[in-house]
Amino acid sequence: MIYANPNTEGALIHFKDKYDNFIGGKWVAPVKGEYFENKSPVTGEVFTKAARSSAEDIELALDAAHAAKDAWGKTSTAERARILNKIADRLEENLEMIAVAETWDNGKAVRETLNADIPLAIDHFRYFAGVIRALEGRTTQLDNDTVAYHFHEPLGVVGQIIPWNFPILMATWKIAPALAAGNCIVLKPAEQTPVSILVVAELIQDLLPAGVLNIVNGYGIEVGKPLATNPRIAKVAFTGSTAVGRQIMQYATENIIPVTLELGGKSPNVFFEDVMDKDDEFLDKAIEGFVMFALNSGEICTCPSRALIQESIYDKFMERALERVKAIKVGNPLDTDVMMGAQASNQQKEKILSYIKLGQEEGAELLIGGKENDLGEGLKNGNYIQPTVFKGNNKMRIFQEEIFGPVLAVTTFKDFNEAMEIANDTLYGLGAGVWSRSGDIAYRAGRGIQAGRVWTNTYHQYPAGAAFGGFKMSGIGRENHAMMLEHYQQTKCLLVSYDRKAQGFF
Amino acid sequence: MAERVVATEEALKLIDLLKERYGSIMFYQSGGCCDGSVPMCYRDGDFRLGDSDIHLGEIGGVPFYMHKSQYEYWKHTQLIIDAKEGPGAAFSLDSIEEKHFITDSRVFTDGEHKDIKTLL
Repeated sequence: MIYANPNTEGALIHFKDKYDNFIGGKWVAPVKGEYFENKSPVTGEVFTKAARSSAEDIELALDAAHAAKDAWGKTSTAERARILNKIADRLEENLEMIAVAETWDNGKAVRETLNADIPLAIDHFRYFAGVIRALEGRTTQLDNDTVAYHFHEPLGVVGQIIPWNFPILMATWKIAPALAAGNCIVLKPAEQTPVSILVVAELIQDLLPAGVLNIVNGYGIEVGKPLATNPRIAKVAFTGSTAVGRQIMQYATENIIPVTLELGGKSPNVFFEDVMDKDDEFLDKAIEGFVMFALNSGEICTCPSRALIQESIYDKFMERALERVKAIKVGNPLDTDVMMGAQASNQQKEKILSYIKLGQEEGAELLIGGKENDLGEGLKNGNYIQPTVFKGNNKMRIFQEEIFGPVLAVTTFKDFNEAMEIANDTLYGLGAGVWSRSGDIAYRAGRGIQAGRVWTNTYHQYPAGAAFGGFKMSGIGRENHAMMLEHYQQTKCLLVSYDRKAQGFF
Repeated sequence: MAERVVATEEALKLIDLLKERYGSIMFYQSGGCCDGSVPMCYRDGDFRLGDSDIHLGEIGGVPFYMHKSQYEYWKHTQLIIDAKEGPGAAFSLDSIEEKHFITDSRVFTDGEHKDIKTLL
């Protein structure tokens, strides 16, 4: 089926003409009264406006968050969990509408928002509702009369800066643990996708106490900096590029606050020769694993954008793999049969095309794709790129830089050691894939690759409960797991003496 | 002598506009996800440089830097900074303009590559 375009007859969602900030449980117009246009990457047309906020709006949001933080921090974990579960239920009741809104804001295929982004976000709230109930402090009896009690206390008010590639899911990865841990939030969505998270906020606004979650839209340079440098935040979380990640760390040094950063990767997807030992379900799965570079139009930090194929199977494997790439159905993102939608912005499209040109100039062999995709009527001004596969070597820049599009760079390796050498020859260490029928090869490869997440005989699964984060220049911290609570809490140690006698120093 | 970074006419126009608005500015080549792999334009001093960074050259009188470890992978190419329609990457000064910077590249000739190596 094809969902009706939002704001047309029969649509599941009608966006408002403009969206204010969500501050202190209310919809508040930006202090300066300015808004910026929000285009849908599906059609390239403006469909709404979002607040173009300034430092004054960040201060208002921080006022609201600080007013709410003591009560929220003292709210029982049972109550916080109950609220998170209610949020999950509310999102589930509106899943289809949210999915369409997300597709319209970001451009990704609705098949993905219906089956991945939004269900994962829902489950994420439930996961953190669960783990916060089971979180315990530790008590140590240091000697007969001395006890150390360790309490997990919330940080207070935290700042969160969200990327545009999974606007709702990435916001949820940051919101759910922060709320579970007892913090209040000032959140800045990406300026490319400012609205879908506000659709979520509209749905759940009656469930959260005022000021616990505040959302301020605007440009990074106008509101991101006043948020990240603000002495009234106790932590900043960011997902995005290395340069901005470094900038966020620099900002954090001003107030000596912790950061968590997720900064992308150039993930190797390694196929050992035994995947072709049989023509069976497993081989079919491995071929699908190769084509995963096109999920979310390639706009995923863990996009398996380098495929490493063992030399002995290269020809046979690639024949099958390229057939599968050819079968990717590209088109209207609101069509549930479409597998790949639009790139999120024109800027993104231009960057991808520039890399495709560079790949050819570097001497990589273009195996398929390589052009902008003209999808005709109604989608002419959208941002579409053909799924593209190059063959080359790991020293080429298309093997080293995050293109953030449906562009795959393929190379070969002779043996296990060479596979590891190529896989690790990168600045990044976020994701990786390993494919083998042999348990010991898969295990050794998984341990040998320097990355925070190594999918083994699978790829692009993001269930809550599996830690996600980077080695090397890919960032700091782990999301999507109970350990994220540690990034949103600080330890209070009560060191108690039950001895009535003086220590004897003075 | 081959230059490691150059700018197109369009980029130079955008540089002039930003210099007019903000005074002294600088470029830092980004990597990584989302808005990564783009030339970030900052007010001078808004991005703190260190010993891990390399000065690649100047475009329109504006210094251009990148991380040394990233440059290791880029050094066989010349960066050609261009400007295209639409706003730029978040946190970069071009993010609130109608045009944005983009890094195009070309592979150095062997002769140029020899020159460049003397700069390392």
